[in-house]
Amino acid sequence: MEYFIQQLINGVTLGSIYGLIAIGYTMVYGIIGMINFAHGDVFMIGAFISLIMFLVLGLIGITWIPFAILLVLIVTMILTSVYGWTVERLAYRPLRKSFRLAPLISAIGMSIFLQNYVQLLQGARVKPIQPIVEGGITLIQSDTFVVTISYLQIIIVLATFLLMSIFAYIISSTSLGRSQRACEQDQLMASLLGINVDRTISLTFVMGAALAAVASVLFVLYYGVIDFYIGFHAGIKAFTAAVLGGIGSLPGAMLGGLLIGLIETFWSAYFSIEYKDVAAFSILVLVLIFRPTGLLGKPEIEKV
Amino acid sequence: MKTNASIPLLTVEHLTMRFGGLVAIDDVSFTVQNAEITALIGPNGAGKTTVFNCLTGFYTPTVGRLTLNTGTRRYLLERMEGFHINKHASVARTFQNIRLFPNMSVLENLIVAQHNRLMRASWMTIGGLLGLPGYQKAQKQAVDLARYWLDKVELTDHADVDAGNLPYGAQRRLEIARAMCTKPVLLCLDEPAAGLNPKESAELNQLISYIKNEHRIGIILIEHDMSVVMKISDHIIVLDHGSKIADGTPEAIKEDPAVIAAYLGEEA
Repeated sequence: MEYFIQQLINGVTLGSIYGLIAIGYTMVYGIIGMINFAHGDVFMIGAFISLIMFLVLGLIGITWIPFAILLVLIVTMILTSVYGWTVERLAYRPLRKSFRLAPLISAIGMSIFLQNYVQLLQGARVKPIQPIVEGGITLIQSDTFVVTISYLQIIIVLATFLLMSIFAYIISSTSLGRSQRACEQDQLMASLLGINVDRTISLTFVMGAALAAVASVLFVLYYGVIDFYIGFHAGIKAFTAAVLGGIGSLPGAMLGGLLIGLIETFWSAYFSIEYKDVAAFSILVLVLIFRPTGLLGKPEIEKV
Repeated sequence: MKTNASIPLLTVEHLTMRFGGLVAIDDVSFTVQNAEITALIGPNGAGKTTVFNCLTGFYTPTVGRLTLNTGTRRYLLERMEGFHINKHASVARTFQNIRLFPNMSVLENLIVAQHNRLMRASWMTIGGLLGLPGYQKAQKQAVDLARYWLDKVELTDHADVDAGNLPYGAQRRLEIARAMCTKPVLLCLDEPAAGLNPKESAELNQLISYIKNEHRIGIILIEHDMSVVMKISDHIIVLDHGSKIADGTPEAIKEDPAVIAAYLGEEA
């Protein structure tokens, strides 16, 4: 039982990170119907920016941890958003009027480019960082097993739910969110009502990148090692999460992220760690067989 | 907005639209006055909707100049595209086949049309998230304007219903209300009475006349229903096969031999 609870805590933490990245996929898919394959690599860029920021802050002697984390979060969010915006501007916007597959191919190209760009500039070696947030709370102590929740895990889960609420609020009740939903339903009509569709799409990419940036800071804090290839792994998992939850649906992305995180963690804990990816993807296949639109996705109804 | 009566709100000069070898509109010129209803009529395929598409930036005319004069500024519509036409030149339109945002509530459909004012007030959302007073005020104004139009189109009781679930006639009225929420100086209505029953059609006449009389904006109307056209329009332009064949008051149009020929065929 204690073992189970511990795995549950670990799974929710991992799932939160996946969920944050998955939102970027699902928002972009919702508004322009395209899978942004470079999103995972934007996350990786964020991880490098936050690592560098932590080192810089350490060098100039800012060592009060809450302040340092906040500062890193803000800087990483801003810089990663600039990357997200630039990727959209350079690789997708010129292809908007082109055939459907063109931006998809361009996205894959962008993903390869970003990986190689970081590999060239930062080297291919794995980059470690010493643990920044340490300690935790012991929840249950039995003779054989101790269940702990680390402060970092608390931070991750809280930060995720806080951001999720803010973004859900933006989508549902602000002017930006309304125009995003309008563009999702009918871009032409939106532009006839004076909505700048291109800018709305850019802002969607910026929002997705900002959330990926938060995920990347949390990832760096949690795992402490990054390399230029983490974007691919995290991206594929988060994409799976978005599809599992129903692509295009915001709560779906979060639910999918949590499920993928839990499945991976429990599979590693009870069966074998080598096959955790197989387990996650098998569940995806099963869900898609019975619910092709994902768990919370709405089926697209063709009107005659 | 003050408008000089001698300068028309919209001046269309030598408008020509060719699609390859097909001439959809051939050298059409007309003017639209402020606070008047100008009807654009003609048999199927006469090029009426193409005129609208040129006015609202869907097509760039092959030849021609479309000048919108608001009294304070002059806009050349043929050089503008996309969202600029509504945002800057304040031209709004509705469609023959209704294009609401079906998954948004009726009220949201009207508020999304006021996007630009709200975005400015909320300083790109950030101010809105912080709840700045300027944004609160803009938000309240937006809701008030939406409520005003909901009341005018008799949809106040359905404010929270998804627009896609409204009955057909109500969707038509909502589309006009949404166009009005962008505060246009020129409103282009593409067959607003299509598919309405006689009672709904009569209510629509009242609504359009109300907009003309109370809001003093220019209205261009494409319509097949002659009872609507003859009753409410101040000025009628008749197109046939892409050319203008008549231009005048409803009384004059009714008697015009070219119009009768186009609609009923030549007398043997």
